[in-house]
Order: sequence, then structure tokens, then C-alpha cells
Amino acid sequence: MKRFEILSKRMLNDNITWLVISAPLVARKAKPGQFIILRTDEYGERIPLTMAGHDSKKGTIDLIYAAVGRTTMLMDQLEVGDCFADIVGPLGKPTEMEGLKKVCVVGGGTGNALAYPLAKGMHDAGIEVDMITGFKNKDLVILQDEFKAGTDNLYLVTDDGTAGEKMFTTVKLEELIAAGNDYDEIVAVGPPIMMKFTCEIAQKHGIKSIASLTAYMIDGTGMCGGCRCNIGGEDKFVCVDGPDFDGSLVDWDELIQRSAYYSDQEKYDREHVCRLTGGVRYND
Amino acid sequence: MINLQREKNPMPEQAPDVRNKNFLEVTLGYTEEQAINEALRCVKCRKKPCMDGCPVMVKIPEFVAKVAEGEFEEAYQIISETSSLPAICGRVCPQENQCEGVCARGVKGMPVAIGRLERFVADWHAANYGDEEIKPAKGNGHKVAIVGAGPAGLACAGDLINKGYEVTVFESLHKTGGVLVYGIPQFRLPKEIVAAEVAKLEAKGVKFETDAIVGRAITVDELIKEEKFESVFIGTGAGLPSFMNIPGENLLGVVSANEYLTRINLMKAYKDEYDTPIMHPKRIAVVGGGNVAMDAARCAKRMGAEAVYVIYRRSAEEIPARAEELHHAIEEGIIFHYLTNPVQVLGDDKGNVTGIECVKMELGAPDASGRRRPIEIEGSNFVEDVDYVIMSIGTKLNKLILDTTDNLKANERGGIGTDDKAETNRPEIFAGGDAVTGAATVIKAMGAGKTAAAGIDEFLSK
Ligand SMILES: Cc1cc2nc3c(=O)[nH]c(=O)nc-3n(C[C@H](O)[C@H](O)[C@H](O)COP(=O)(O)OP(=O)(O)OC[C@H]3O[C@@H](n4cnc5c(N)ncnc54)[C@H](O)[C@@H]3O)c2cc1C
Ligand SMILES: Cc1cc2nc3c(=O)[nH]c(=O)nc-3n(C[C@H](O)[C@H](O)[C@H](O)COP(=O)(O)OP(=O)(O)OC[C@H]3O[C@@H](n4cnc5c(N)ncnc54)[C@H](O)[C@@H]3O)c2cc1C
Ligand code: SF4
Ligand code: SF4
Ligand code: FES
Ligand SMILES: [Mg+2]
Repeated sequence: MKRFEILSKRMLNDNITWLVISAPLVARKAKPGQFIILRTDEYGERIPLTMAGHDSKKGTIDLIYAAVGRTTMLMDQLEVGDCFADIVGPLGKPTEMEGLKKVCVVGGGTGNALAYPLAKGMHDAGIEVDMITGFKNKDLVILQDEFKAGTDNLYLVTDDGTAGEKMFTTVKLEELIAAGNDYDEIVAVGPPIMMKFTCEIAQKHGIKSIASLTAYMIDGTGMCGGCRCNIGGEDKFVCVDGPDFDGSLVDWDELIQRSAYYSDQEKYDREHVCRLTGGVRYND
Repeated sequence: MINLQREKNPMPEQAPDVRNKNFLEVTLGYTEEQAINEALRCVKCRKKPCMDGCPVMVKIPEFVAKVAEGEFEEAYQIISETSSLPAICGRVCPQENQCEGVCARGVKGMPVAIGRLERFVADWHAANYGDEEIKPAKGNGHKVAIVGAGPAGLACAGDLINKGYEVTVFESLHKTGGVLVYGIPQFRLPKEIVAAEVAKLEAKGVKFETDAIVGRAITVDELIKEEKFESVFIGTGAGLPSFMNIPGENLLGVVSANEYLTRINLMKAYKDEYDTPIMHPKRIAVVGGGNVAMDAARCAKRMGAEAVYVIYRRSAEEIPARAEELHHAIEEGIIFHYLTNPVQVLGDDKGNVTGIECVKMELGAPDASGRRRPIEIEGSNFVEDVDYVIMSIGTKLNKLILDTTDNLKANERGGIGTDDKAETNRPEIFAGGDAVTGAATVIKAMGAGKTAAAGIDEFLSK
């Protein structure tokens, strides 16, 4: 196996891909909730992705990513046998599970990819896991078999009702709480606005909430401060102090503002990704 | 024959209004004639004060004498006895506080341009002996791990490989060189020079593991117990950025100098073919007065800013940046607000920076550092209209290695505790550079790497 070689590639839907990659040094210590930072090639930016799984014996890690912009679209052009230039990790704190008996994990859209290792990790650790997976429509639904195997109760909802129940994840969550489910913790993984509302519901019912924040990152080791977020009035670096934080302490409006900082450049890059000839640039 | 000229031979350099639009090296280096002419200014003082000024005691009068004779390769060999990175130190040492600060010629007129000569000699060697075949040293069977590929780690690796150790360097970033590649910009220190030093070490047999973050992927104890490294050197630097904790610091357009410089230097955001996102703001405030602030300000100018302000709370006298950088920054059109301190960053309803509110300062009685303490002048607040703020007020030590290594003791600054031989409280673990001292200089880090290499050799030869 070559360094950071893609060993398998599976499209979960038009937009979301599951990769298994050789990265022994990362795999040996990986834990649920941790992430890596990768570069596609010498000209690539550094982007963070959660490890959807890992096999420390085989020395592999799993990534599930959505093609949303330049780098992830470039990743789509890589095939089995191609290699990433760089993968560093495991980064961030592993998800805390101590003392938990029953949790509800709420995943929105691509956030379900990030929620999967978390839900499965908790389930493997003997915690009772209810999982709400929410999508816009049936074409975007992913990972249902995996979630079924990795949770105790799985609920599927879509905005337009083309798969599962027609409702938002927040409504389902209210329903489950109203039905008497006694959660020790509610975990929200998805777009910031969805996490904000999910954590507000938890707060309303006096339940602890955990949100997995996706701030802009560069080094992922605490060196640049670019990922800083206001948590309970104090600046924390998401890459080393997180990515999981107590949802009631997060300054959501600031986070939402900050995570759109480069959107003009990204839009330009996205529109110009098609101009690249011959797939991912190689220079060796 | 001694050259009695009072002034240094001027350094050829790009004109200020040309260079502040490109990332090519600012200074171009002496020609052979200029170098010889400058070397002839050395009066060969018997007490060699310049050597005491150099943290690694480069044999300055001896190498300068060889330059004067036109024996450039011999000059290089003399420098190499004590310094591993002369092409780099010649460029970035704060010479005015070190070798040149105590040079006898500086009493009346300017000191001998020791830094420029050192750079000349190193560049001459690279140009004329650069493709010399390097033979791997004969192995002695001992395995040493080095954590961090900054100047401290590279110097330590160099001395150990020369002694026959099997050396592996673990670096968390995707490139080797530490601050030399992610912090100091191309126009001050071309990255090709750093890459050439690393390539030399590789040719000698040093193994580099990039993307390897020690403390997360593998701990120091695992390196020793599982990977069978007999000794470990820690040179992880002091890279955590500080912020001021003033209102508005999380607005869009406030970044640390580390972030700004990393995007530009490590990830080459100044080159079109790289994907790294970066903003191109028009009016920028850089807060701080060190080398880092100068680098950020000069990068900002080169990225197309119309106005770049350096906001520093003491006066021009106390500014800690290298004299040459300050001089170059002023020439390039950077505007300095001395005795000024930010009190808040202002923004619009979308969260974008629109200005920085500052207060004027005056200098009071000396503080613990011996420098006069700046005090706010009440009612002197004013707003500078800017759309971007770069915080460059210093860095802190990373606790990762201390937190993940069994029974490794910190020093009073929060760095890794060592004695003056770079030994920690664990006999097989050594440390040096910024990770021990907090932010310091390249030459001090390099010196610490060499001291540690000697210590490791002694430890493993027992
Ligand atoms: C800790 C963490 C874990 C993540 N895990 C996953 C995952 O498992 N699967 C997945 O699909 N996505 C994940 N993301 C999001 C992923 O990093 C972005 O989708 C990716 O960086 C987009 O890059 P792009 O160039 O393709 O798109 P762009 O068009 O450049 O960016 C689209 C959006 O992605 C975000 N983004 C862009 N660059 C970065 C960056 N350097 N750091 C952080 N966010 C950025 C921004 O919100 C941006 O608006 C994670 C993010 C973080 C911080
Ligand atoms: C912008 C800037 C400009 C400067 N200008 C000058 C100047 O002009 N002259 C001068 O003398 N000094 C200057 N300095 C200071 C000088 O660069 C530093 O003092 C010097 O680089 C310290 O060397 P070091 O080897 O101790 O650490 P660093 O250069 O910081 O290198 C440490 C390396 O260790 C790596 N690392 C950290 N943690 C881990 C880990 N857990 N596992 C693996 N790797 C790890 C880091 O990624 C880094 O590559 C400047 C500093 C900056 C930031
Ligand atoms: S290493 Fe630095 S301090 Fe020493 S002689 Fe060279 S330039 Fe001067
Ligand atoms: S102090 Fe200056 S003049 Fe004297 S030996 Fe050193 S370099 Fe030469
Ligand atoms: S990504 Fe740089 S400090 Fe978190
Ligand atoms: Mg991008």
C-alpha cells in the first residue's frame, strides 16, 4: 500500500462518497469524533474531514464526504489506486461517552456522514442510541443500512416526505422527547442553523446538548487560531478544544457568520473547477 | 591592508516600489568584489568581541579573513564548524543585537557586515559546491527520533547523522522547516534555501516523516518503547497565537499573523495556481512590533493592500523587529503608529471589519522587562478605517508534548524543562529551541539543536 492510497471508493448518492484510505499512522490511534486534514496534491488547500471509521490493524481510515466545492470536487476525480498528497491526524478530541446511558443523535444532510462514526462509536460502547437522520429528499438519503446496524432506533425524515416521514429533524426530536424518551444527551451534527435549533430544543427540556462544530481550519493543531469560536464567552480553538462542544454555550450567530467568510472565493473556485484538465493535477 | 571605509558596503536590493509588489527576495547578495571589500573592513581584534556576540560562537574573524583572501570555500568550512544553517542565519539573525552589535568597527561608524558575509559565503558554496555528492555517514547502530523539523530539529538531525546515528524527524505539517517555511516569507528567506538544507540531510540518510503529529498519532513514550528509539529530541517550537481579548476580535477579517502567514508562505496563497483561499483587503492594521508583524505587514502590501498600518504600543526605540526589516518596511510604504494600542475592532451588521479603535500611549516607569511601560493617554482615542486586522502580539507554548509524555517536566515559562545541556528530567529525552525558551531566534534554536545532539551522543555513547 502506498502512502495515503485510495483502497476503495463507493458513491453513496450523486453527491456523497465513501473512501477507504491507507494511513497507518493515523489509524493506529483514531477514535470516534476525531478528524483528519488532507491535501489532494501540492496545489491543494488543507481541508478537515471526520473519520467515518478506521481499522488500526489494517492501517486504514474511512472518509465520507460531500462534493460541495473545489477541493471535494477534485477528490471526486481521484480513483482507487490514486494517492492523496497529505493526510494528518488523528486531530481533535474524541467524543466523550463516559457515564452516558441513552442518547439521541440528530444528523442533518451531509452531517449524517459526521454523525455516523459518532453514533456507531456510542452504540459499540454500550450506549443506547436513537438516531434521527434528516435529508432534503429521497435522492440525498445515505447510510440507512449502516445506521440500522449501528444504532438502537433509527428515524428517517425528509423535508418533502419522499422518504421516511415528512418533517424536520427538530420536530421528530420533540416527538421523541414528548413520547417519554429520557435522553442523557442530544448530539447535533449538521448545518449550523440545524444544530442551533436542535440544541435549543435540548436546552428547553433541560437536556445536555453536544454540537460538532465545523469551523474553517488550516493546520488543525492550534497554530493559527483561524478555527476559533466563542464558547460560553471564551474563545476556543475548535481543532484542539473540540470539535464537540456543549451546544448551550456556542455563539451560533458568530459561528454561522464566520463559516461563510470565504464564500465568494469558494463560489468562484467551484465554478472554475470544471476548467481543470485531466482530473486532479499531479506533480511529482 | 584594511579597508577604513566607515560604512558597510551597501547591499544590492530591489527598489522599494518594485519589490513591494512581488515576492522575490528583497536583498540580492554581495558580489565577490563587494564581499572582499567588506571583509577587508575587519581589523582582526585580538579579543574577538564579535564571537561572544554570536550565540553559537561562529569563528567570525577567521572566516572573514578567508573571505578577504578570496578563499570562499575555506570560509564556508570555518563557519560550518559551529553553524548548520549559515545561508539562513546570515539572512535572518538579528545581527545588530548579536555579532554586529559588539563589533569593534561599530564604535565609530558601522560594524563589519558579518551577516551579509555569512550569507555570501553560504550562497557561494551552494552555487559552486552545491551538487557535490554527499555520502551517507557510516552507521553506529543507534536510533534517535526528532520531533519538529524547525531549525532546532534540523540542526540536531544534521549533527547526529554526521556522527552515524539513524535519525528520523517527525513533523506535523506537510512541509519541513518550521517557522522557516510557514512563517518567514519568501522575499526574506527563499524556501529553496530551506529545501536545499533538508535535501542535504536526506542525502546523508535522515528520514523525514511529514504529516506525523507526535502526541496524537504516536507519543514520545511509544517512540521509545514501541519504535525503539533510544533517545528523542523535542523541537516543537512555540506556535500558539495570542489574541488581545478586546471586543470585535472575532469579526470577519481579524486573523492571527500565524494564520495570515501560513496561508501565504506554507500554502502559497500568493500564487494563482494554489487553491488556498485568502482575502485581498485594501486597508490593513497589523498589531505588534516584532519580526512577525513586519512580515505580515510586508506580505499584506505585496498582496495588494493600499494602506498598511503597524500599530505598536511602545516607541520606535523599543520595537523588537530586526533593524533591517523595520528599515525595509518603512521603505516599502508601511505606515507606523507608534505609542498606540487597539481597544476594539469595529464592524458592520454583516460582521465585517470596518475599523480599529486605538488609544495613544505614553511611556511610564520601566516594567519587569526593563522597558518603559506604556500607559494609556485618556481621551486620546481615534479610529483608523481598516477592513482587515492582523494580530501579531506573540505566541504561546503548545502543551501537547508535555500533556502526552509520562513524567516530563515543564520549566517556569511553561516550556519543556531542560538544563543547559538540553537534557530534560527524563535522561533519554532532550529538548531545545522555542519549545523550551518561548519565541526566540533561529540561531538560538539551531544552537540548542546542536547542544542536544552533543548531549544525545554523550548519553548513547555511555
Ligand atoms: C472538523 C470538521 C470535520 C468535517 N468533516 C466532514 C466530513 O466528514 N464530511 C464532509 O463532507 N465534510 C466535512 N467537513 C466539512 C468539509 O471540511 C468542507 O465541506 C470542505 O472543506 C469543503 O471544501 P471545498 O473546497 O470542497 O468547498 P468550498 O466551496 O471551498 O467550501 C464549502 C464550505 O465548506 C467549508 N470549508 C471550506 N474550507 C474549509 C476548511 N479549510 N475548513 C473547514 N471548513 C471549510 C466552509 O463552510 C465553506 O463555505 C468537516 C469540517 C470540519 C471543520
Ligand atoms: C513570522 C516569523 C518571523 C520570524 N523572523 C525571525 C528572524 O528574522 N530572525 C530570527 O532569528 N528569528 C525569527 N523568528 C523566530 C524563529 O523563526 C524561531 O525562533 C525559530 O524558528 C524556532 O525554531 P524551532 O526549531 O524551535 O521551532 P519552529 O521553527 O517553530 O519549528 C517547530 C516545528 O515543530 C513542528 N511541530 C510542532 N508540534 C509538533 C508535534 N507535536 N509533532 C510533530 N511536529 C511538531 C512544527 O510544525 C514546526 O515545524 C521569526 C518567527 C516568526 C513566526
Ligand atoms: S550566526 Fe548569526 S549571530 Fe552568529 S555570526 Fe552568523 S549572523 Fe552573526
Ligand atoms: S569585532 Fe568586528 S572588526 Fe573585530 S574581529 Fe570581529 S568582525 Fe572583525
Ligand atoms: S485550525 Fe489552526 S488553530 Fe485550529
Ligand atoms: Mg475550498
